Amino acid sequence: MRTLKFLLQKEFRQIFRDPSIIRIIFIMPVIQLMILPWAADYEMKNIKLSVVDHDHSDYSRQLVSKITASGYFILTDYHNSYSRSLKSVEQDKSDLILEIPAQFEKALVKENEARLFMALNAINGVKASLGSAYLRSIIQDFNHEIRNEWIQFPRFNPEPSIEIASSNWFNPLMNYKFFMVPGILVILLTMVGANLAAINIVREKEIGTIEQINVTPIKKYHFILGKLIPFWILGLVVLSLGLTISWLVYGIIPSGSFLTIYVFAGIYLLAVLGLGLLVSTYASNQQQAMLISFFLMMIFILLGGLYTSIESMPAWARAITKANPVAYFIEVMRRVVLKGSGLADIWDHLLIVGAFAVGLNGWAVWSYRKRS
Amino acid sequence: MFILLGMPIVQIIIFGFALTNEVKNAKIAILDPSKDAASISLTGELNESRYFDVAQNVFSYNEIEKAFRKGKIKLAVIFPQHFAEDLEHFNKAGIQLIADASDPNVANTLVNYASAIINDYQKRVTDDKKLPYTIDTEMRMLYNPQLKGAYNFVPGVMAMVLLLVCTMMTAITIVKEKELGTMEVMLVSPIQPLMIVIAKAIPYLLLSIINISSILLLSVFVLEVPINGSLVLLVMESILFTLVSLALGLLISSGAGSQQTAMFISLVGMFLPTIMFSGFMFPIENMPLPLRIISNIVPAKWYYSIVKSVMIKGVGLEAIWKETLILAGMMVFFIALAVKKFKIRLE
Repeated sequence: MRTLKFLLQKEFRQIFRDPSIIRIIFIMPVIQLMILPWAADYEMKNIKLSVVDHDHSDYSRQLVSKITASGYFILTDYHNSYSRSLKSVEQDKSDLILEIPAQFEKALVKENEARLFMALNAINGVKASLGSAYLRSIIQDFNHEIRNEWIQFPRFNPEPSIEIASSNWFNPLMNYKFFMVPGILVILLTMVGANLAAINIVREKEIGTIEQINVTPIKKYHFILGKLIPFWILGLVVLSLGLTISWLVYGIIPSGSFLTIYVFAGIYLLAVLGLGLLVSTYASNQQQAMLISFFLMMIFILLGGLYTSIESMPAWARAITKANPVAYFIEVMRRVVLKGSGLADIWDHLLIVGAFAVGLNGWAVWSYRKRS
Repeated sequence: MFILLGMPIVQIIIFGFALTNEVKNAKIAILDPSKDAASISLTGELNESRYFDVAQNVFSYNEIEKAFRKGKIKLAVIFPQHFAEDLEHFNKAGIQLIADASDPNVANTLVNYASAIINDYQKRVTDDKKLPYTIDTEMRMLYNPQLKGAYNFVPGVMAMVLLLVCTMMTAITIVKEKELGTMEVMLVSPIQPLMIVIAKAIPYLLLSIINISSILLLSVFVLEVPINGSLVLLVMESILFTLVSLALGLLISSGAGSQQTAMFISLVGMFLPTIMFSGFMFPIENMPLPLRIISNIVPAKWYYSIVKSVMIKGVGLEAIWKETLILAGMMVFFIALAVKKFKIRLE
């Protein structure tokens, strides 16, 4: 135990001796938490609409003003040439074209039926389908209003209809930040944990101080523990910093308990640090360690379900996610912060990440050779 | 060497397939107290569509909440007590949809898809009596009729992979010579700094051309993204973007103090901004103004837009000349800055 205490003293001194590390550890989370959630907004708004109006009637103008009043769309042009609108889409000046044919109002009133045409830039499929759904619902509303102008409906509805009522749980304001911030906290922890831990041992190898430790009777697991604990504590500090910022700046308070978050974070940190240590025991210089840990981290983070959802991935990618501790933590963070899930709800994830922690660290201890 | 040539391939394959914002196979739960022919057949239709997977049949609201908490479902469909009867006798029946709005877009999309399926069912069940004064809307999806997610993401992955690999390649080169000491030899010779910088870029340019070809081949044949525009134009633009990334790497290398710093800046420092501001992950138009201004500085943003235009929309140079000019300007700027920072005396 005494050896451990001395080791820890040495580690902390070394870490704080290097000012760039401190800066990275504390400034990076702050910057990321401040900037990322503002950038990461998937909500569909400000859809650029180009209107081709061949009719120029009362109804066509009413429709256009109703659409622009909705707030989802920005009118980029209003003229009567479809090819000009198409050019506008080609140059990315508009996302969506609405064409109102000639005689639109006349056809609607005299023949009971009129058509409208929509063309959408569907490169971003989700944007196109949501944009078209919004536009269609505005058009349907407009249709309803016109119908009510002309007919009085009997109380008995002549048409069988299914009414759909929808409600949104857990994020009724549909605020995207609630979705992204928990995930961003996870990324912070992962980057700090894996990268720093990985570089650490390798740097000692490069500087040569590792030789000195190797000739002492310090046991392998003491050594590894001595490396793990300081970064573990730092990781928890970064987590607390992150939680404070998300409360101060975004007003996000976890619906679940802090205890759950910290317990899971503690075990997750062990897993991630274990990964970093593992990389560093195998890498022979800092570049390799950086490259490999960055490469792995990038894969884990991008496939972790933060930016794109895991269900949309093909089966083989989903299988890989099962081996990805980041994915589990992102899930858990979101559930605890937004839905108030407790330890009972996430114990299965906890167990899996715990297994990772034990496995990775065990491997690191076993593979660390005192003689190289 | 393996990393330089192999990493892009691995990354394109993994990210090209796995990253998409399409919604499919979403797990849903059904609460159906009436269990009549209508509700069962509607449930069947929901299950058959590729968007939904009926994961659970529940019997109470409590179970629904629990299922949401455990993350097992994203949407719950709730039928009333006498669904078919209500529909027949009163011509009106209600269905409730409850969505997990943790991800608001997915929630909206799922509600929309479910409503569309329900409305389709309704149209089929009633005979096609048209209401008076109906506006019909016809829709055409341009460029991507099947709404494939890859069309949006693969160009972005291409930009990200090219940028990261090329920047990293050159970021180390100048600094390494400084650390190894071979820089002295070059400094005492009469070679101009501009020549040194350009000479460093050219071998990596050749390597990058190999990378570009492998990325394009993979995108077309493995990820099934077509090249609707001119291949020549696409390759030229890719080479331009590569030059910009190489120049950026050289700039980092000229200014960095150690290999470690150079690598750190080029990998970690480039990774997040590229993802954030290039536009393929997060829509730029949603960002507040200061961030939108920053995104104009990120080269990947312009390249992503060029690739989408040429590969998927199939347009020619006349539509993308502005972006091309901006990239060319960036390349000149970075090289000039790299030459300026190149110290001709040892510290």
